Amino acid sequence: MTPPVLSVRNLVVAIPSRAGVSRPVNNISYDIAQGEILGVVGESGAGKSMAGNAVIGLLDRPAHIASGEVWLNGRRIDNLGPEELRRIRGRQIGMVFQDPLTSLNPLLRIGDQLTETIREHLPMTAAQARDRAVAALEEVGIPAAAERLNSYPHEFSGGMRQRVVIALALCAEPSLVIADEPTTALDVSVQAQIIALLKRLCRDRGTAVMLVTHDMGVIAEAADRVAVMYAGRLAELGPVRSVINTPRHPYADGLMGAMPSLAVGQRRLRQIPGAMPRPMNIPSGCAFSPRCPRAADKCRIDPPPTLGDDPKGRAACWFPMEHPA
Amino acid sequence: MLAFLIRRLLQSVVVLLVVGAVSFGMFRFIGDPVNNMLGQERTQADIAELRDRLGLDRPVVVQYAVFLRNAVQGDFGTSYRQGRPVSDIIAERAPATLELAAVSGVMALVFGIGLGVITAIKRQSWWSSAIMTLSLVGVSLPTFLIGILLIYVFSVQLEWLPSFGRGETVSLGGWTTGFLTQSGITALILPAITLGLYQMTLIMRIVRSEMLEVLRQDYIRFARARGLRDRSINFRHALKNTLVPVITVTGLQMGSIIAFSIITETVFQWPGLGLLFINAVQFVDIPVMAAYLMLISVLFVSINLVVDLLYFAIDPRLSVEGAKT
Repeated sequence: MTPPVLSVRNLVVAIPSRAGVSRPVNNISYDIAQGEILGVVGESGAGKSMAGNAVIGLLDRPAHIASGEVWLNGRRIDNLGPEELRRIRGRQIGMVFQDPLTSLNPLLRIGDQLTETIREHLPMTAAQARDRAVAALEEVGIPAAAERLNSYPHEFSGGMRQRVVIALALCAEPSLVIADEPTTALDVSVQAQIIALLKRLCRDRGTAVMLVTHDMGVIAEAADRVAVMYAGRLAELGPVRSVINTPRHPYADGLMGAMPSLAVGQRRLRQIPGAMPRPMNIPSGCAFSPRCPRAADKCRIDPPPTLGDDPKGRAACWFPMEHPA
Repeated sequence: MLAFLIRRLLQSVVVLLVVGAVSFGMFRFIGDPVNNMLGQERTQADIAELRDRLGLDRPVVVQYAVFLRNAVQGDFGTSYRQGRPVSDIIAERAPATLELAAVSGVMALVFGIGLGVITAIKRQSWWSSAIMTLSLVGVSLPTFLIGILLIYVFSVQLEWLPSFGRGETVSLGGWTTGFLTQSGITALILPAITLGLYQMTLIMRIVRSEMLEVLRQDYIRFARARGLRDRSINFRHALKNTLVPVITVTGLQMGSIIAFSIITETVFQWPGLGLLFINAVQFVDIPVMAAYLMLISVLFVSINLVVDLLYFAIDPRLSVEGAKT
């Protein structure tokens, strides 16, 4: 069996501050296989973006990886120096950001931004890099790509700019793409196009994708597996259909219950009482216990089993929900 | 773009006409030149003759028109004090000021931008804080004090550099230059530092704060995520985005370097336009003062025009907005 493209083991991201050390990402483990799309969901502040930034080595100080390991294609990358990490970024890990309006440098032609990135990672002449830039733009569906090389970012619409951003992230053919809320800033009508594009490109090339979003619709549409994060921990990790239809962690269940659907006779949306704890103030035991309808005394004292210890265990919960087959 | 240029040129002409009116007004309101020019032993006939020769007996509007016509042709009349054409005196003095201004301007730009970028990138290092603290001295100490301090240290105590004058100059077809002799260059060092220090620290502080702002932007993050080199990110992606505000301030400062070289030239007895102006003020030599005023305003207006055009060269978004209005 081929090793997974990305393998994260017991990753902890810590932010030291005067008030103490907070851990926005606390002991998470997951794999992404070649050609697989892993969706990472959670509410704001759950640590999903931080988990993505930690993988690509772009944590803003003072945030840093405190412990755990990140393996990319069988090579450990969390302990590399800045220069080696730089070579990996763009070449082996591509990244797509949330807002295409601010992701592109407004003063440089998109052709220059593309060729610069291509020539940084691949031994190419200017002419070869240009051809490749045209091909990259054509692949993401930019019409008249050769002429558009000379355009500036402001001459594109939001959706088109996100296509350019994707072309930039993929132009050196990385084996992993981290997409951090790639559709959040876009019109609903454009969102589906961008997701379809990302999905097609990664299928065609066998690129692994870490798709960070809070939009369950996007996850249902694109992801193969989904990881639900809560307060820096993984609450549930499993195939996307199973997690959506038969969630086992009470938080995942609450998340699914809060999702509107177009089905006839829609019941009232459920809501989860309370709010996610702040990272400095996470309760002992299970972080979700104060809001959990199933919580028992054990949940408030002992942290739940970590995901990955038990191959059958999908949810980090003492009392996972059972769904009759 | 062309419409913009024409509009700006028309505005410039209006500004120059107003300054012209002020310069012309000096002739009318600052004493009667005839009294100054003719000694105690004058007759009514002498006075009438001189008035007629200077055109002072004609209507004000006609005098203003004549003044403007002559000014456009570079004729500012005859110096009351030296009895020679003002244009000759200015042409003789201009090289000294222009060379001094050019050297301090280049020095201010090169060191200002360089130090600004470096202190922004390495803002945690101790020497970065040291430079920032020292720059406060540059911003707050008055020019004449810096000049006197430099003279005291380098001319009086160390005896390394001359304390006044231009040193030996070489005449190249009416342009006297100090660049070609050793004494000319050593004489240039102290005045150039004195004149450029304030502009340098100002440019440095602006570049630094703009850089810090730009380095936080998403497109810088995205450039990092694509694995570009730090050098390219800092100087190609970031610095270019800081240039619009930097050029605005720098442009005005370049004007000030020439216009306000008065103090530096007085401290160092530098035989340039500033010293000429100070002497002219002491002797109420109005034609020289008027010519200086006109010259400086032409300078400021042209610098502003160049700055506006540079905006277009740097920021492609402006061309679009300009086309709409």
